[in-house]
Amino acid sequence: MSTTDTPATGFAVDRSALHHLADAQVNVELDTGDMILNLGPQHPATHGTLRIVVRLDGERVVTADPIIGYMHRGYEKLTEFRTYPQVTTLINRIDWLSSFANEVPFMDAAERLMSIEAPPRAKYIRTILTELSRIATFLLFLGEMAAQVGALTPVFYGFRDREYVLNLIEAATGGRFHPNFNRIGGLKDDLPWGWIAECRSTMKVVLNACDDFEDLVLGNEIFEARTRGIGIIPDHVGPSYGVSGSNLRASGVDWDLRRDGPPYLAYPDLDFKVWTHPDGDSYSRYWVRLQETREAARMVLQCLDGIPSGPVMAKVPRIIKVPEGEIWVETENPLGQMGYYVISKGGTGPFRVKIRSASFSNVSILPWLLRGVYVPDVITILASLYFILGDIDR
Amino acid sequence: MADEPTTDPADDAQPTPNPKHEWMLGQLRDALDADLLESAVAFDDLVVRVAPGSWRHAAEVARDRLECDYLCFISAIDWQPAPREGDDAGGDTSAPVQPTEMTFGAAGSAGRFQVFAHVQSTGGHHGLTLKTDVGDEPSAVASWVPVYPGADWHERECWEMFGVVFDDHPALRHLYLPNEFEGHPLRKDFPLLARVVKPWPGLVDVEAMPGGDAPEPAAVPAGDEDAS
Repeated sequence: MSTTDTPATGFAVDRSALHHLADAQVNVELDTGDMILNLGPQHPATHGTLRIVVRLDGERVVTADPIIGYMHRGYEKLTEFRTYPQVTTLINRIDWLSSFANEVPFMDAAERLMSIEAPPRAKYIRTILTELSRIATFLLFLGEMAAQVGALTPVFYGFRDREYVLNLIEAATGGRFHPNFNRIGGLKDDLPWGWIAECRSTMKVVLNACDDFEDLVLGNEIFEARTRGIGIIPDHVGPSYGVSGSNLRASGVDWDLRRDGPPYLAYPDLDFKVWTHPDGDSYSRYWVRLQETREAARMVLQCLDGIPSGPVMAKVPRIIKVPEGEIWVETENPLGQMGYYVISKGGTGPFRVKIRSASFSNVSILPWLLRGVYVPDVITILASLYFILGDIDR
Repeated sequence: MADEPTTDPADDAQPTPNPKHEWMLGQLRDALDADLLESAVAFDDLVVRVAPGSWRHAAEVARDRLECDYLCFISAIDWQPAPREGDDAGGDTSAPVQPTEMTFGAAGSAGRFQVFAHVQSTGGHHGLTLKTDVGDEPSAVASWVPVYPGADWHERECWEMFGVVFDDHPALRHLYLPNEFEGHPLRKDFPLLARVVKPWPGLVDVEAMPGGDAPEPAAVPAGDEDAS
């Protein structure tokens, strides 16, 4: 187990340590040879094309080597051949479950380089849509993770409730997955008539769904047995691998860019709690995301109450030319820290864009994390880290 | 040293120094001495350029003295402008207009290639960007893997995309690209092959702007200027 050097809470540690000890002895005595297991690239637990070459000693993993790049689209190169408004289309497809949230940091970067600011109403609508995509992403996770330990019912609940949220996003932006709704300086359109009331009632559905998941999954004995004490990321190891977002908060690191980073969108105006869990195991990652889904729904409700009136688009020149300069912008996306280092040479397109995506770093801890775990636990650990292949490969 | 680059219009209005930046800069200058070459503030982000020989030492200082326990990313920049239509390297026809001479960004550079990284503190909520020069034909620089284990994949990506070698890296092999891939795609002289095979279709049907006024020259990509 990866639990050896962690001082996490009592129940998480060493419940199965005795078994492991016994196994290790048996393996030494019998001198069993290693076996190579190819997990993927088309494995249902990887949600895409991630391949992990696992060397096994009996049922336990000796080394794990993730092989990525099956989905590599070279976005950093492509941005150099696009104008700033055209780049939005590309970055929509990095993390395709929360596309709207991907657009926000890039728009922020371009706007700050151009010294323009989106109007307050646009900022609020951006905040609402970002949190809606967080809810949509996490609802899928809450169902999917349960499916990986054999519970099929939550999947349908997750998909059903995510549908309501996607309907909202579609009603506002016209796109379910790739809204492409942000413009430099604001938004394409205002919210449609009746949308705010609709959104309010949907948030009630989401809050109820969270209660359902809590009853269905978190109280489940099998789920606990499969996730408690499994795949522990200690709080001093996660940051050195660049693990961010809910995965890091589940290790007890109290760090959320919405609260701690440079102020962006309407987050300074909102009152919200950053949830952490001390254990760092698969269970706590599920628990933290469940709480964050609730928190996101509450934040949407707050935004709906406080949404200012006014235009949704600032005065922007017809042809977007960004002055020379470089800027680093980071935001708290559903999967973790997302950032763009944009270098402009004063042209209509960026000179260089470094895309820092959350899943890339979250998955880079796998060789360390999977060492010594059992094969079935590999699946639950992969599911609990919750990555999107497009976000790894870019 | 800590002067803001004159090219940043947004920073002119806010000359008040950030105490976090001052503290980080002081610690770095204390530890690196003359190897801290230049520093700048680019939109509230401290950018520090260090000598290539101190690249790993800078990471150790950032981790141990600046409390930056979180590795955000490591990558590189190729400052050379991309060749355009008519240039020898068979440049792209659709790239948005870019300057033709080589200029450097915040904190300067000594040559074409630069390795840069961003580290942050999860407890102190501060961060900084570190840069180092690797020259015109990238020379090797020390790996950060002993300092931040997460540097592994970032450096593999940086190596295959830019050709920057990281000394003491445990396994510098391809990350995204197939093993037999030749060249370094993110270098500016590596053409975007899709555009070489088929020119950007947007060039052919340029829609007239509403109101009948012709598009401003700046909006027209490079290749179109030759056509008119």
